[in-house]
Amino acid sequence: MTAAPDGAPQEHPSWLWRNPDPKPSYDVVIIGAGGHGLATAYYLAAEHGITNVAVVERGWLAGGNMARNTTIIRSNYLWDASAGIYEHSLKRWEGLAEALDYDILFSQRGVLNLAHTLQDVREGIRRVNANRLNGIDAEWLDPQQVADVCPIVDISPDTRYPVLGATYQPRGGIAKHDHVAWAFARAADAMGVDLVQNCEVTGIDVDRGRVAGLRTSRGPITAGKVALCAAGHSSVLAGMAGLRLPIQSHPLQALVSELLEPVHPCVVMSNAVHVYVSQAHKGELVMGAGVDAYISYAQRGSVHTIERQMSAALELFPIFARAHVLRTWAGIVDVSPDASPILGLTPVEHLYVNCGWGTGGFKATPGAGSVYAHTIASDAPHPLNAPFSLERFTTGALVDEHGAAAVAH
Amino acid sequence: MLSVPCPWCGPRDETEFSYGGQAHVAHPAEPDALSDHEWSDYLFVRDNPRGPFAERWCHSAGCRRWFNAVRDTVTHSFLAVYRIGDPVPEIS
Repeated sequence: MTAAPDGAPQEHPSWLWRNPDPKPSYDVVIIGAGGHGLATAYYLAAEHGITNVAVVERGWLAGGNMARNTTIIRSNYLWDASAGIYEHSLKRWEGLAEALDYDILFSQRGVLNLAHTLQDVREGIRRVNANRLNGIDAEWLDPQQVADVCPIVDISPDTRYPVLGATYQPRGGIAKHDHVAWAFARAADAMGVDLVQNCEVTGIDVDRGRVAGLRTSRGPITAGKVALCAAGHSSVLAGMAGLRLPIQSHPLQALVSELLEPVHPCVVMSNAVHVYVSQAHKGELVMGAGVDAYISYAQRGSVHTIERQMSAALELFPIFARAHVLRTWAGIVDVSPDASPILGLTPVEHLYVNCGWGTGGFKATPGAGSVYAHTIASDAPHPLNAPFSLERFTTGALVDEHGAAAVAH
Repeated sequence: MLSVPCPWCGPRDETEFSYGGQAHVAHPAEPDALSDHEWSDYLFVRDNPRGPFAERWCHSAGCRRWFNAVRDTVTHSFLAVYRIGDPVPEIS
C-alpha cells in the first residue's frame, strides 16, 4: 500500500485515479461521473482509442445515483430492442471483473419477479416466452417453485396479495456499485482520461448548430464532442443547449436494514406491491420503493413512500418483522414516457444524450457505456441503441417497457 | 411528507392528494394543424425545472377539487396556490 499524494495516513487505500485540474480543451467531454459516464469514458478509450477525454462531475465521483441504487442486474425485458441492449449489458457484466481486473462482487444469484394477480401471471408468462425467443434465460415458476428458490417468501394463499407465481432469471443478480464505479474510474484514468470532480457545468456553448464547449465552475472547456450522462439532471443540462427532453425527474427512495446473517438467497421484486429486496454481501437487506409522485431535485422523498414499501416487504417476508432500518435515502431519477432510455444523437451536432433510464440504470452500466462510446466515436448510433433515439417520440416508435420496468426497474 | 396547502381546506398531508404534473398545458386548439414534432412536444415533453414549477394537485381524499400550485422542486416549499384557470402568480 502506498501513501496518498497528500500524505494521508498509510491505512488509507491507494488512490485509484488522479485528481487532475481540467485542461482547456478535450476531444470529448462527458458530463457526469456516475456509472454510465465512467463506463462511457472507459469504452471510448479501450475500444475506440479516444483518450483525450474528460469526465466532469459537479460533486464527487459516483456520488449520485451510482451511490443510491439497489444494484439489481437483469435483462428480462419484453421487447426485442430492450432485450438487445439489456442482454448486451448482462453479457458485459459477466466478463467485467476480468476486463477491469477488479473484483466487483458480481453475484448471479437469480432474480424473481413475483405475480400477484391474474394479469401479472399472464404478463409474466408472456414475458418469459418473449425472453426465451430472444435467447435470454427465463423460467415461469409456480408458488412452490418460488419457495424452493427463496424459502423466506410467504407463498400462503391467505396474504393480502398472494404469490401466484414468478418469472425467474437465474443469470440476474447484484454487484457492488462502488466497486463498479471505482473499477471503471481506475481503468479509464490509467488510459489517460481526466476525471474532474467538483466541476459543475454552468453553460453549454453551441455555435451554428454544433456544440463548441462548456462553461464550468472551474473555467471554460472547449470540446469537440459533449456527452450528457447526468440522469435526473439531464433536463437542466439539455436546457443549456436549448433542448427540451421528454424526461421528468422524481425522487426514488431505498433503504437498508442493519447487518444480518445471510437469510435471503436471491433478488425478489414485486411490481404489484411495490418492493424489491436483496441482501448485500455485507449483510444488509437492501430494499427499494416506487418513485415519489412529484417532480423533485432534492434527493429526498416522503416518508409514507418508505412506509408503504416496508409494509409490502413485511407482507411478503414475515421474517423481516424484527429487522431495523439502518438508513433511508433518495436519488433523482429521470423517467421517460415509455420507461425506456434515450440514448443517441440530439438536434445539436456533436452533442449526445444518455438518459431516461429512470429507476433502472445501474444494470445497464457496462452495456450503455459501450454503445454510448460507439455512438460518440462514430457520430452515429450503435444498432443496439438505434431504437432508443430521441426521435422515437416523434415517429411514435416507442419501446413501452412499463410492464417489465414499472416500479422495480 | 409534504404539507400541501389546499386553497379550500388548508394545509393537509400529502397522502390526501394526487399529483397532476405541469399546469397550464393547453390542448392544442387545432390538433390537425400541428406538425409531428409539435404533436410529440404536446404529448410527451413537459417542463422539468430545478426550482419553481407550476403544477396541478387534486385533493382527492378531501374536497376532491383540483388546483394549481407553484412549488420549488429543490426545497419542496409551496410558493403559491391558485385556482385552475387563473394565471401563474408573480413570485417575489
